[in-house]
Amino acid sequence: MLGNYILKRCLQLIPLLIAISIVIFVIIQLPPGDYLTTYIIQQEASGLEVNQSNIVLLTKQYGLDKPVYMQYFYWIRNIITKGDFGRSFQWSVPVSQLLSERLPATIGISLLSLVVTWGIAIPIGIYSATHQYSVFDYVFQFIGFIGLAVPGFLLALISVYFIFTLTGVSLTGLHSAEFLNAAWSWAKFVDMLPRLALVVFIIGLSQTAGMIRQMRAMLLDELQKQYVITARAKGLKEKKLLWKYPIRMAVNPMISTIGWTLPGLISGEMIVSIILSMPTMGPIVKRAMITQDMYLAGSFLLIVSCLTVVGTLISDILLAIVDPRIRFGGVAE
Amino acid sequence: MSLKKKQKAGTYEVASQWKLMWWKFKKHRMASIALPIICIMYLLTMCCEFFSPSLPLERYKKYVECPPTPIHLWDHEGTFHGPFVYAKEIGRDPETFRKTFVDSEDEIVPLGFFVHGSKYKFWGLWETDIHFFGAKESGGAYFLMGTDSLGRDLFTRILYGGRISLSFCLVSIFFTFLIGLTLGGLSGYLGGIFDTVVQRAIDLIMSMPSIPLWMALAAAMPKEISQLRQYLLMSIIMSLIGWTGLARVVRGKILSLREEDFVTAARLSGAGHGRIIAKHMLPSFLSYIIVSITGSIPATILGETALSFLGLGLQAPTISWGTLLQDCQTVETVAAKPWLMFPALFIVISVLMFNFAGDGLRDAADPYK
Repeated sequence: MLGNYILKRCLQLIPLLIAISIVIFVIIQLPPGDYLTTYIIQQEASGLEVNQSNIVLLTKQYGLDKPVYMQYFYWIRNIITKGDFGRSFQWSVPVSQLLSERLPATIGISLLSLVVTWGIAIPIGIYSATHQYSVFDYVFQFIGFIGLAVPGFLLALISVYFIFTLTGVSLTGLHSAEFLNAAWSWAKFVDMLPRLALVVFIIGLSQTAGMIRQMRAMLLDELQKQYVITARAKGLKEKKLLWKYPIRMAVNPMISTIGWTLPGLISGEMIVSIILSMPTMGPIVKRAMITQDMYLAGSFLLIVSCLTVVGTLISDILLAIVDPRIRFGGVAE
Repeated sequence: MSLKKKQKAGTYEVASQWKLMWWKFKKHRMASIALPIICIMYLLTMCCEFFSPSLPLERYKKYVECPPTPIHLWDHEGTFHGPFVYAKEIGRDPETFRKTFVDSEDEIVPLGFFVHGSKYKFWGLWETDIHFFGAKESGGAYFLMGTDSLGRDLFTRILYGGRISLSFCLVSIFFTFLIGLTLGGLSGYLGGIFDTVVQRAIDLIMSMPSIPLWMALAAAMPKEISQLRQYLLMSIIMSLIGWTGLARVVRGKILSLREEDFVTAARLSGAGHGRIIAKHMLPSFLSYIIVSITGSIPATILGETALSFLGLGLQAPTISWGTLLQDCQTVETVAAKPWLMFPALFIVISVLMFNFAGDGLRDAADPYK
């Protein structure tokens, strides 16, 4: 039963992935001028002889003499069969090389933020719902509002400013200067921890705020339901009652909305890492966008969107495991 | 009148849906604070020429990067002067050779209301030189929030930037509304293949991280275009991605309304699709749309400022809160000139207020509460 469900969901993904790739191909093609003209201009600008045979080779490799839809097929074929995402003009290296250097850090930080977000939001949400209108409920709600209203980049700037003025340490980058080129060691790891914690906290805060609100509202709804009253009337201990049903019900929508939380986290990661100059995709993608280095920008978008789609799939499978109604094709929500 | 009194007087039963909403909205404490503040902010920025003490491009060359000048009423000896700021003595730091600004003990710059300052054209219509509040003598060094690296008054620039930022979100919401309402409405009403296509499109957009997508679209925007076109293009880009939430709300509502008796009755009487949607369905879920729109204003403000801050949204010379924040990209600048962060305060306040107002509206529009 579960196997069938997973297979069905996987098949549904294929058209979505194709659609995403088409959208991104269009975005890559949006700026005036194509791959080759930019390449030639760049070569001429740097005073290099434009190698004719090189141009013929590139034309063939990317199908640039063919109509646009064929170019799309060449582009996709190169990605799938050779892992070739095109070339970055700005860095004069294959995009795949830049991606392999920086993408793991981006994904790692985003996933860590997701875990931290849940770790903070779920307990606070439970507390706020069970202690509605208490002092701490108001405090958490206030913090939540601030988290929603202060954009990540501002929060990054303000916190770095305060840390800088109070301690004189500039917490930008993932490693401090003396460890930047050092090999991995325990000291380097310890040095990285506060910086990592800062990034993860800043990225997570706005998501946490929304999630606390959601968790609180869901749980409050559940707590009013009759089965809770029945359980309480039977004399079930409050703690057991809470954990047995309402919390499980309230956590469900969080799992099912991973698909929307992940893009939010990656967006946040990008901006915050630009401010904090992290060694992730954020800073280089920003520069790629400004200089219209579209293959680099597009490839990042493509990978991140595909990962999100896969993340949604995983969340759907998790949900099917947690919630038997979905597995048996019952209620969708 | 309290709710009970209204019930007694019989006004409650005959009150329209909007009236009921308004009563409930007024009872929401945060929202009733937020709404006047939003109105004040729009008033300040709409008439920013009048309320700002200076002009956005006017340079005080002597006062480059001058810190904010706090307003006093009494001087050191306790004599009352009315509002004034101390004149600045310009010196040099003997160690860093940076310019320093020190309050002079005996020279003051008196401030007043409706003072004569730099000439401007109010809304481009009539010329005047009256400013709401400022230095009584023209050219007096009064900088409520300091000056930037070119010696321009930051408070003035924030007000002018607010005009762009706060109107930008409305324009963008208008486009969002247009796309979301049309696609969501048609998708719910027609169903079938059209519905499937729109729903898949929504899935597609929601699965892409919005900031990089905005950045990519903004990056593809032609560079050499007029400020107005850039403004419109940016707002369309924001709405191209933002319409999905509204479309889902509209579709859900239409789906549930489609089966209602009054819709069937309208259809049997020969009303066309457009008429049924606009005349019969729209009024019954308009309140939800307004709630959804108010909820998406903060996201639009944050998106615009983030993009402009990164240099991919609105570009200088357009003044918006985001472009103003471009000045504090590095920690060093922020540490040396913290007052450059004042635009951020305005962003946070406006987003908070819109959030509160949105919450109040949502509660007010929910008839079961």
